[in-house]
Amino acid sequence: MPLRLLKYGLSRRYPVRGDLPPTPDLRPAYDVVIVGGGGHGLACAYYLSRYHGIRSVAVLEKGWLAGGNTARNTTTIRSNYITPEGIAFYREGVQLFEEMSRELDFNVMFSQRGQLTLAHSEATLRSFHLRAEMGRHLGTRIEVVDTKGVEALAPLLHMDYGGALEIVGGLWHADGGTARHDAVAWGYASQAARRGVELHQRTEVLAFERVGERIGAVLTNRGRIGCGNVLIACGGMNYPVALKAGVELPIRNFPLQAMVTQPLKPFLHNLVSSVSLHTYLVQTDRGEVVIGGGSDPYQLYSTRSTLDMKEHLAAGAVHLFPFLKSVQLTRQWAGITDMTPDYSPIMGASPVENLWLDCGWGTWGFKATPVAGKRMAETIATGRVPAILKPFALARFGSFRLLNEMGATAASH
Amino acid sequence: MKILTCPMNGPRNIDEFQSFGPMREAPDPEVASDADWARYLFQAENQPGVVVEWWRHVPSNYFFLAERDIVTNRVLRTFDPGEAE
Repeated sequence: MPLRLLKYGLSRRYPVRGDLPPTPDLRPAYDVVIVGGGGHGLACAYYLSRYHGIRSVAVLEKGWLAGGNTARNTTTIRSNYITPEGIAFYREGVQLFEEMSRELDFNVMFSQRGQLTLAHSEATLRSFHLRAEMGRHLGTRIEVVDTKGVEALAPLLHMDYGGALEIVGGLWHADGGTARHDAVAWGYASQAARRGVELHQRTEVLAFERVGERIGAVLTNRGRIGCGNVLIACGGMNYPVALKAGVELPIRNFPLQAMVTQPLKPFLHNLVSSVSLHTYLVQTDRGEVVIGGGSDPYQLYSTRSTLDMKEHLAAGAVHLFPFLKSVQLTRQWAGITDMTPDYSPIMGASPVENLWLDCGWGTWGFKATPVAGKRMAETIATGRVPAILKPFALARFGSFRLLNEMGATAASH
Repeated sequence: MKILTCPMNGPRNIDEFQSFGPMREAPDPEVASDADWARYLFQAENQPGVVVEWWRHVPSNYFFLAERDIVTNRVLRTFDPGEAE
């Protein structure tokens, strides 16, 4: 073994080539320009290069790869939504996560340990029955559990029997889980790069050049590039970037804050979320407890943290697991979320012919990374929006066909 | 603690207030098209920069307007809707 290691160390294969190539010079034109080097943009680039034979792809990223909301979310993966359109879409997302490590030859540490959402009132429980029936009808693993069921799933949970926030039942979603967010982005990025996709970091879009009904070129801080198609997938900056192309999105930006505790022994084996407390918790494989909750109460383009929100999250977490009261917080952060009026994303065509949208991902984007990437790649490659994406069109707002997922988006309501 | 200055109650903790989002021009129901209504309902000012928005001081149920920079979170001024030009 030591000899083999030494031989390897002296061989030409060492040092190992990094997963990602350095940013190359911009070429004069690409078939597809993807604005935003986060999970969604990288996933789309991967699917374009691997399944649609489109390898002339540039991913433009203003900062560094996957440094925005891909790095700031709390990695929840689930499909327990309310609308049939939403459930069908997110179900495909969960299925893609189940296969992802194999697909990308990259361990994304997918852990399908299930999500338990708590009801503190009969009204919430009734809405859980609706979600469970809808989810089961569409083939997802979801059921309403009583207090005994909740106790069995999370034995250390404070049930607050007789109290103001008594837990009266829960929604158990066995398909729920988490994955390592950075690994997801890096897996897609490295596989896309291997197939010729160019990853341009520190490359900011300044303007779009319109030629009639189309985008003719993208002007960046590193030069002008011609484009066949353009995809906007830049999270918190979707609104201003789309506006540069003349498209006004029904989006308002709010910060979403989260935090993480010191590592503890494993005590929480699934994801626990409380609708009434606006708090959810998950213990990572390092033992840290990630705590997230609702968005900030007013519009802002900022990743600052506030004491108010941290206090609120801590209060919720300590209520559910009182022994967390003496645990220290080690990190806190925030991301800028692009919220839509109906808590569903905006995917598909824009009023500009060759400009495609993967926007409005608010607080629910990470779980959709593979499915949005796959389906947007299909859309761009064929020039047609697949049936699974049609309900998410920007045009739904003009025809008042909203997809209300507010009640299923525990992070903000 | 962030302070918001209420035109009626003076400087208070922002926790006492509720944001109602950017001011929007209500369409004239006599002539408004579906597109005008959709715009009024779903579209809001979200460009990085100064936004004029509605706030409510919750304990006194008093509604007022604020000019706030949604990038720096600096409140430039707050005023009673009666003072709006």
